[in-house]
Amino acid sequence: MEIRRRDFLKVVAGTTAMAVSPSLSFASSPGKKRLPGAMGMLYDATLCIGCEVCMVACRKANNLSPQPTGIQKLWDNPKNLSFETYNIIKKYQNGTGKVKDNEINGFSFVKSQCMHCVDPSCVSACPASAMTKDKETGVVSYNPEACIGCRYCQVACPFNIPKFEWDSPFPEIAKCEMCSHLQAKGEIPACCSECPTGATIFGPVESLLIEAKRRQNMEPGKYYYFPANSLKSGKTNEKSASKYIPRIYGETEIGGTQVLMLSGVPFNKIGLPDLPDRSYTSISENIQHTLYRGMILPVIIFGGLTYLVAKNKNNNE
Amino acid sequence: MKSEKPLGGRIFTIPFTIFFIIALISLYFLGKRFVLGLGAVTNLNDGYPWGIWITYDVVVGTAFACGGYATALLIYVFNKREYHPLMKSAILTSLLGYTMSSVAVFLDVGRYWQLYNIFLPWYGNVNSVLFEVALCIAVYTFVLWFEFAPTILAKFNLEKLQAALNKIMFILIALGVLLPTMHQSSLGSLMIVAGHKLYPLWWSSFLPLLYLISAVMMGYAVVMVESSISTLRYKLPDETEILGKIAKVLALLAGIFLVLRICDIALRGHFELIFKGDLLGNIFIIENVLLIVPVCMLAIPSNRKKPRVLFLSALSMMFSGGLLRFNSYLVGFNPGNGWHYFPAAPEIIITLGIIAIEIMVYIWCIKRLPVFQKA
Repeated sequence: MEIRRRDFLKVVAGTTAMAVSPSLSFASSPGKKRLPGAMGMLYDATLCIGCEVCMVACRKANNLSPQPTGIQKLWDNPKNLSFETYNIIKKYQNGTGKVKDNEINGFSFVKSQCMHCVDPSCVSACPASAMTKDKETGVVSYNPEACIGCRYCQVACPFNIPKFEWDSPFPEIAKCEMCSHLQAKGEIPACCSECPTGATIFGPVESLLIEAKRRQNMEPGKYYYFPANSLKSGKTNEKSASKYIPRIYGETEIGGTQVLMLSGVPFNKIGLPDLPDRSYTSISENIQHTLYRGMILPVIIFGGLTYLVAKNKNNNE
Repeated sequence: MKSEKPLGGRIFTIPFTIFFIIALISLYFLGKRFVLGLGAVTNLNDGYPWGIWITYDVVVGTAFACGGYATALLIYVFNKREYHPLMKSAILTSLLGYTMSSVAVFLDVGRYWQLYNIFLPWYGNVNSVLFEVALCIAVYTFVLWFEFAPTILAKFNLEKLQAALNKIMFILIALGVLLPTMHQSSLGSLMIVAGHKLYPLWWSSFLPLLYLISAVMMGYAVVMVESSISTLRYKLPDETEILGKIAKVLALLAGIFLVLRICDIALRGHFELIFKGDLLGNIFIIENVLLIVPVCMLAIPSNRKKPRVLFLSALSMMFSGGLLRFNSYLVGFNPGNGWHYFPAAPEIIITLGIIAIEIMVYIWCIKRLPVFQKA
């Protein structure tokens, strides 16, 4: 028996529509917007002196064990973020490495931690809703009760932040949750409250963006006041302004992040990837939502398939 | 009318015993994995959280297991009755492939004891591509068991149940076409969120479509390879004519795939990356040459009558599809920050063990259950 042209076309059209349409509807749906009450941090690498007090504070606040490295293993010295390290200060160095915040023959510190994305990849990726974004503060947290340990959050995160407990039979994922347990008590994240120079400050993301823009307009070499700990702490340090890269990292990257960064050295040199403004999440979610909204398309195709199979099966037998 | 019969013969042949030993060794390492954690038997790390268990056992494994899907598409949707002799063995390989992938997922996830969370409405995340993949693969594995059930029921002479199942079989077959269409494309969508970590030769918003076409191609290729081997090994009736017809469909699909693949890369402006002469460029060339050569061979009608050409072309396409998946999940994936990954020996042995068990069950099934048509 011949294939009926019309049946053939119906099925082909249906199945190709399923796969093609999302790829073409690429331009729509720009991803999520910043929450009005979003809380975040501003890290200013030009103010950071690399004292690592924030790392110690993070350990205490989150009950994390020290990570000694080297031959003698005498003191806490993690090399990377890990299951036991949510926050780390790293150093960039070039040439003679003498001038602070210089790309050539200079050095800079950089803080690495969860960026608390506006449109987080880990939250979108997690099949079991173990990663959630707080509807008020926008803080991204982890719930081990929900987690199945598939590690798709690690594949998805553009900053490689979530860490897995590889050497445990009952592993969990771990990452910075912006000390939400302290925030619940009205306190601020430990790395911000302990930073002596004001390199890391806490506050509403909207105000932090205004503060970051103020710093970018400063005249290098002139003295200014920089708030310490948080925007509301009332504490300030006076310091001469450095020359900033004219960009606030996290303002638009990957749809924006709630942790913002300023630096004198280009961001891709200090380990922060060049990312597009559109979140990858919005691309894949767009595909999924185009295909599976209300399960309408699959149900229609299923109906067509059932009809065709029933007919052809009878013909066969 | 010809009908399917068990092939009979001894189960514990020499190859079977070898597979058995491999499976036993892998059980030892699996014990280690459950007592000491994933780090004890794998080289997985925070940069490469997915290794060969996900890439081979699940992503490549389910694509190899698309024979049932691809054949059902031909027989029941496009009403090509002549392919019916291939259906049962294709369903069997699909059934085994998907079941083993599900087992592999269970071994791979860290918190396996709450894996069922995905199926709980208050935990399941409809925005997650992996949620859709997991749900779809789980349901499809069940569907395959029901599709194969008549063959098992026949062995135990349960005609009534068989007849009852046969009444709803059209729904199962329809599901068996719909579900792989959904999750085989989504296996491509999974890597879209990896964004800049995936090399531009593989990262594309067209990944779902490419993966879907590739999965159907691999389905036909596997059916061809499997039939050729079974025909030789168990002296079954010659199926060259029917395989030649499948080869025509396969070559056409592969042609469409190649045009799409190259156009997509050219339009995104990454064409020069192919000929950079580095590892990633070269492996991309290998991946696609393994497809282009068989397409050229199969385009010549006289070649489609030669069993050897059919077998080698199909094998080459299987490799190409496997490489596409390996490249987009591992080789082309670079999280930066100095991370690197190569599977540890126990990790590889566990994968081999899974394959060995799959083959052993397959051999038992075709020798004891009515799967193949005997002359």
